[in-house]
Amino acid sequence: MTGPATNDPADLTIAAAGAALRTGDLGAVELLDAVIARASVTEPHLHAYLTLDRPGSRDAAEAADRRFAAGEPSGPLDGIPVALKDNLCTRGVETTCSSQVLAGYIPPYDATAVTRMREAGAVLVGKTNLDEFAMGSSTENSGFGPSRNPWDTDRVPGGSSGGVAAAVSVGSALGGYGTDTGGSVRQPAALCGLVGMKPTYGLVSRYGLIAFASSLDQIGPLARTVGDAVDLLEAVAGFDPKDATSIRGDVPPMRRSLDTGVAGLRIGVVAELTGEGIAPAVAAGFRRTIDALAGAGADIVDVSLPTAPHAISVYYLIAPAECSANLARFDGVRYGLRVDAASTEEMMAATRAQGFGPEVIRRVLLGTYALSAGYYDAFYGQAQKVRTLMRRDFAAAYEQADVLVCPTSPTTAFTLGERTADPLTMYYSDVCTIPCNLTGDPAVSVPTGLDDHGLPISFQVMAPALGEEMLFRVAAEVERLSGFDARPALATSEVLAP
Amino acid sequence: MPVDIDIAKVAKLARIALTDEELARYGAQLGLILEHAERVQAIDTDGVPPTAHPFPTTNAFRDDVVGPSLDRDEVLSQAPDAIDGYFRVPRILNEG
Repeated sequence: MTGPATNDPADLTIAAAGAALRTGDLGAVELLDAVIARASVTEPHLHAYLTLDRPGSRDAAEAADRRFAAGEPSGPLDGIPVALKDNLCTRGVETTCSSQVLAGYIPPYDATAVTRMREAGAVLVGKTNLDEFAMGSSTENSGFGPSRNPWDTDRVPGGSSGGVAAAVSVGSALGGYGTDTGGSVRQPAALCGLVGMKPTYGLVSRYGLIAFASSLDQIGPLARTVGDAVDLLEAVAGFDPKDATSIRGDVPPMRRSLDTGVAGLRIGVVAELTGEGIAPAVAAGFRRTIDALAGAGADIVDVSLPTAPHAISVYYLIAPAECSANLARFDGVRYGLRVDAASTEEMMAATRAQGFGPEVIRRVLLGTYALSAGYYDAFYGQAQKVRTLMRRDFAAAYEQADVLVCPTSPTTAFTLGERTADPLTMYYSDVCTIPCNLTGDPAVSVPTGLDDHGLPISFQVMAPALGEEMLFRVAAEVERLSGFDARPALATSEVLAP
Repeated sequence: MPVDIDIAKVAKLARIALTDEELARYGAQLGLILEHAERVQAIDTDGVPPTAHPFPTTNAFRDDVVGPSLDRDEVLSQAPDAIDGYFRVPRILNEG
């Protein structure tokens, strides 16, 4: 099902494409054309994109070529075609959150991450599909139809950043940005064989990210290699006065230890996230990586996070509560859909009923209930206290280990429709990723191999807050040890033949 | 046991107009999800402070300097209805 990388520029890593752009062996427009050509072939199979910004991307690529011609490239992302999840505001380019309530919305401003990405010279190819308002783990909750997995189009690409994962995986972008509230960058990266990373909370500005759960949301990169993910993150990280939760102070170094290896590092295997509920192939792949890390000189230690089994329950109180407050703004007054009615209140209620999909309505109702009079302490308040206990658990574990590890997703990619009937089954998809959203710590998913169906298996590394240097150091070693370089069937199959 | 909630009241608070059939379906689903969530209530949190935010934050001030705002016409161009530089909504007062 997989084959060697082609000579097509769409299959290059950001690092390789950047090198070719700087030597003049490749032009930015030529690279963009290759990516658009790939998209034109793969989109009918994948539906990764909601909007392709053809004129905007062409202008950006031509500008990059002028900088290269003048010998003044902006940095490692200059001229690189990048995909953006459609919950990040882009001035002049439709931004929908995959919701009918925002269909046709043209933001009057760029998100800070988008501004920085553009300043770095990256070429915005288009806006990618997601579960509506980032609520989901399969992209099946999109208000515009699901995306599909390039490794097997009967299967989901994960979610909620499923569109950007499918695009980067298949070569209709070289890298991309998603958002991760409960695993929405890491889990689709895992299901699509990519590196996906959630930075420390506050490292990347949330200004212009259409909010889902403000104390959990974080923008993060998806890429084909750890080094590419570092380039993408460095371009957008750093203090922003427009986000009150943005971390003041220096961005941690991320690249300088990528080649250091893991000799002498203590790697903590989390007991609660590596046993029951993990599919056999995923567990076996995880064990192989652990053995390889031990062989590379790491000290493997067993650690416990006693509150980790409660993470999903805590998350499904905190995230819906925050979403019910954040999504109050979609009321038919300032932007998006309006369903006419006699009174303003009826107009708002009719607009929200028609504009929101079932999962969004479910979570808004859940959050409204959890925050309502008489229930606040029992649900939201208690969940926040358990969140404190979880942070203490992690702090104790980091006394014993430099990083913590577990699988990213308990299974490989599942089929469309397999988990849509029961919300709780879908929620379990994020069992291994949610804890780091609750603690605010950084985490990264790295692909390590394929299961018997030819589907990617991934390995998750977690580090203490602002421990990105250590995180990427271990991730880079996992990448080297696994030697994973497989490409999805759709990127190498006969559909690409002329 | 599934949690029994007054789903019609919740939907009204959330400003979402749902049919009786939808209310019944969401009510049942929320009951099951909250049953799951009730496990959280069994955890001993005596004396544990809540975490509202991953890292302690204090007020984040910026310098009090006038800067550019969003363009009003560009903003209003996205509104379902606007008039004379304002957002327009259905009548909210009864008087003439």
